[in-house]
Amino acid sequence: MAGHVTASLEIADVTFAYPDGHAALRDVKLCIERGERVALLGPNGAGKTTLVLHLNGILAAQQGSVTVAGLAVEKPNLREIRRRVGIVFQDPDDQLFMPTVGEDVAFGPANFGVTGADLHARVDAALAAVDMVEHRDRSPLNLSGGQRRRVALATVLACEPEILVLDEPSSNLDPVARRELAEVVLRLDATMLMVTHDLPFALQLCPRSIVLDDGAVVADGPTRELLADEELLRRHRLELPYGFVLS
Amino acid sequence: MGAGHAHPLYLPGPSAVHRLPAEVKIVAAFLGVLCVVATPREAFPVFGGYLLVLVAVWIVARIPLRWIAVRSLIEAPFVVLAVLLPFTGPPPTVEWLGFALSEPGLLGAWNILVKGALGVLTSLTLAATTPLRDLLVGLQRLGAPALVVTIATLMLRYVDVIAGEARRMRLARISRGHDPRFLWQLGATARGVGSLFVRSYARGERVHLAMLARGWAGRMPRRSDAAATPRQWALGLAPAVAAFALALAGWLAT
Repeated sequence: MAGHVTASLEIADVTFAYPDGHAALRDVKLCIERGERVALLGPNGAGKTTLVLHLNGILAAQQGSVTVAGLAVEKPNLREIRRRVGIVFQDPDDQLFMPTVGEDVAFGPANFGVTGADLHARVDAALAAVDMVEHRDRSPLNLSGGQRRRVALATVLACEPEILVLDEPSSNLDPVARRELAEVVLRLDATMLMVTHDLPFALQLCPRSIVLDDGAVVADGPTRELLADEELLRRHRLELPYGFVLS
Repeated sequence: MGAGHAHPLYLPGPSAVHRLPAEVKIVAAFLGVLCVVATPREAFPVFGGYLLVLVAVWIVARIPLRWIAVRSLIEAPFVVLAVLLPFTGPPPTVEWLGFALSEPGLLGAWNILVKGALGVLTSLTLAATTPLRDLLVGLQRLGAPALVVTIATLMLRYVDVIAGEARRMRLARISRGHDPRFLWQLGATARGVGSLFVRSYARGERVHLAMLARGWAGRMPRRSDAAATPRQWALGLAPAVAAFALALAGWLAT
């Protein structure tokens, strides 16, 4: 293995069309190295969610391949793939389905065979990473939006994934909750792909960005450079908030 | 509201009954009710014995009599029929305050009333000492079908989410002047229920995706805390054993 480090995520020429014929992904190619934090940007309907669902085999590529830390996303590997790829979905109410926070955080690792004291330690560590330890026995229903988002993140951290995938993590959060989430994310030492429309959030958290439009990768580079390119943003229906200027 | 799902039938407490594993209490309650149902209706003192056993459990669990009494009123609508039986039953009859009451009817009414009441009181005792979530864990440990446990667990979690959605939809309707006072104005409400169903269905699909993403393989993971010890079983089943002795005495005496 000398000199060769396997990338966390490699997507090679992935093509996918829905049964109605709509081509959602066209020859998508990208590579994310271990430890990178990458934002996936693009207008509505660009194929971002479709791409995310390919990462853990919920959707299967019709052409091309996806590999996670060297392991191909294929049916026989799905269990291990789903442990390696931690997806935090957009609506925490979809993600948090157990009666208490602690049980929800334990759900993933328990499915992957972690039991007893190990499971307890995993839950503790994941809740500590998102500053939610004291809410362990509460119902997710009684938490604020920001707290739910952080617990949703903990449910995935507890699986100790190779790569974290966050789908619109800042949506519906008030500014304080958004800042708290950003602080938590910046503290994590994890490879991360963050799907977002929140361009300042992407700038704050992800040194690199990929722009997806109409199912294809149209730009890939340092976030600051991409967001400073007004022509690129306009072409792909992206827009910085009012008054936000990047030099 | 810090501790999971509180429900109005649960009375939190530190008693030995509260601390027993749920599966022990479920089995004890089930056996207890079985004994009550199997007791001949003419064995009047035996039913008093069952009540004493329950009172003993309430004392240990520190459940106030009034707390149980108020909640046991839920039984009332179901026993209305029993009150009619003495008036409608066949002869022979007995005279009481000028009424001719059917003897078999009286016995039938007593049978329904006493067994129904003891069943309700037993269920209330189980509910008062066991949180809903623990009841599900108990059922899981007793080998209830995985699908049933999963559905009940998800129901427990989402009933409030769906109720919240319904509340918001209702607010949005009445904010736009909807005021359903008559039957023919209920159309919007009915359509609201329809869209609530579609939304819940779509949410169900999203929840399923989120579960798959975390390795869901068709079974709720078991909680790792230890199963009930023989001592807990012996302690928890003691009231059921007493009930069995009473039922046996009832059979031998009649």
